[in-house]
Amino acid sequence: MIVSERKSWEEILSFLEEEKNVFLIACGGCSDACKTGGTEGLREVKDKLREAGKEITAALLIDFVCNKVLIGMRLNRYIEELKSSDSVLVLSCGIGVQAVANMLDIPVRPGDNTIYMGGFPGVWPGEERCLQCGDCRLADTGGICPYANCPKLLVNGACGGSDKGKCETDPEKDCVWALIYERLKNIGKLENLRKIYSPRDYNLILAPSERKKSIFWALETVEEEPKEEASEERRLSTL
Amino acid sequence: MKLKDLFKKGKFVITSEIGPPKGTNIEPMLEEVDLLKNKVDAINVTENQSSVMRLGSMAVCRLLKERGLEPVFQITCRDRNRLALQSDLISASVLGIENVLCLTGDHVVLGDHPQTKPVFDLDSIHLLKAARNLVNGYDMVENKLDGSPDFCLGAVVNPGADPLEPQIIKMEAKVEAGAEFFQTQAVYEVKKFEDLMKAAEHIKVPIMVGIVLLKSAGMARFMNANVAGVFVPDKLIKIMADASKEDRPRKSIEIAASLIKEMKGMCQGVHIMSLGWDKYVPSVLKAAKLI
Repeated sequence: MIVSERKSWEEILSFLEEEKNVFLIACGGCSDACKTGGTEGLREVKDKLREAGKEITAALLIDFVCNKVLIGMRLNRYIEELKSSDSVLVLSCGIGVQAVANMLDIPVRPGDNTIYMGGFPGVWPGEERCLQCGDCRLADTGGICPYANCPKLLVNGACGGSDKGKCETDPEKDCVWALIYERLKNIGKLENLRKIYSPRDYNLILAPSERKKSIFWALETVEEEPKEEASEERRLSTL
Repeated sequence: MKLKDLFKKGKFVITSEIGPPKGTNIEPMLEEVDLLKNKVDAINVTENQSSVMRLGSMAVCRLLKERGLEPVFQITCRDRNRLALQSDLISASVLGIENVLCLTGDHVVLGDHPQTKPVFDLDSIHLLKAARNLVNGYDMVENKLDGSPDFCLGAVVNPGADPLEPQIIKMEAKVEAGAEFFQTQAVYEVKKFEDLMKAAEHIKVPIMVGIVLLKSAGMARFMNANVAGVFVPDKLIKIMADASKEDRPRKSIEIAASLIKEMKGMCQGVHIMSLGWDKYVPSVLKAAKLI
């Protein structure tokens, strides 16, 4: 189970500030269970975006947004809608957002933060990776995660060790910031590189304690708790 | 003395660089730096350069200060988190250090402790911002300081980077974050430096061209294969390859001096990285007619 939670509306709307037509994709896998995606999540976001004056060109539920073959098959039928969209908003984990971004040449933004992989990392057939940092910045990086791919975890562009698109740690390894530069150039968003991003908040990486009380953390926790409470009540009522 | 005051006066600023030893034997290093006294404006002190563990930069900066030399404290994000970086900046200040060069730092896999945990809690831009904040009297999270440091902050840029555009964008961000001067990676191709200066025309911060003394043809080939954005043209490699061992320093001085003469008019200073050949730096400066 990959656990995600919705980004704040302020943040989502800030991505779409200068845009009118939004193509929506929700994941029907893990995100369905988390209520961030699935039919419920899709409807919620669709309504809120309409309220905010946005035009929804399409709202698509895809079973597993980490599966690029599946995404390709579904999106093939929506070429016209995609052409008329300013950007795509994806309700899924960070892998799903990257998988979609990898297939399109318009901006692809995350609607959620990925916070935990719940003991079972799921299966993803692509090379996209997500570190569950809890502060998804794929909206500004062309849908490529610098955090999961830069050995220095840099958030403000390549270091001096980037050379002809390769990383200083391994001549075979692509410099992720070189990939981001190319992608941003392709989608006309090079100005994103001019923003200065603050250092990461490492507290977001650790699951908050209330999360540990939920089914997303461990099935056994949730199953045992009500039982104990019930028996406690029973014991008290017999006194 | 801060480098920015020299730039303000219109001086063509000259800096050199030393790498602290691996151990406590500081005498050879101090003898070498004494040769640079009154020849250069300041001396960069590298910090665990190439991720190889050595005597610390801050201690050596203080030693230079005591000998009447002006240090530039190089500080990287590789080995310390934001608490330690800010604390060390304050420590450097009370030890009299006034010039700081803020770097991201090489990755640990390039050094002699490749198993270590790389920190990189901040990057060079965050570090510049944090240092600027300290100068303004606050830490990174806006707590007020009881007495604040006063630094001239520097940053680096690589003219040989391919592509160059993201480097220029990052330069702009570094200036916004607080950089007051730039030192460049080693330049051997005048055209590349000219391209950088053209692309950075709108950046109103002094730029010092980086010069690395070529010690041999082997070293040149090594840099071409291993150092990002550094390219030594065949013509220069041939000069070094044809020179006898005794003649190499003379040739190296000639090459460096001619590069400086060609690029001097385009920029506001020169940063000479001698990689142990500190004793030849005065000859380079003389040959380049800078002293």
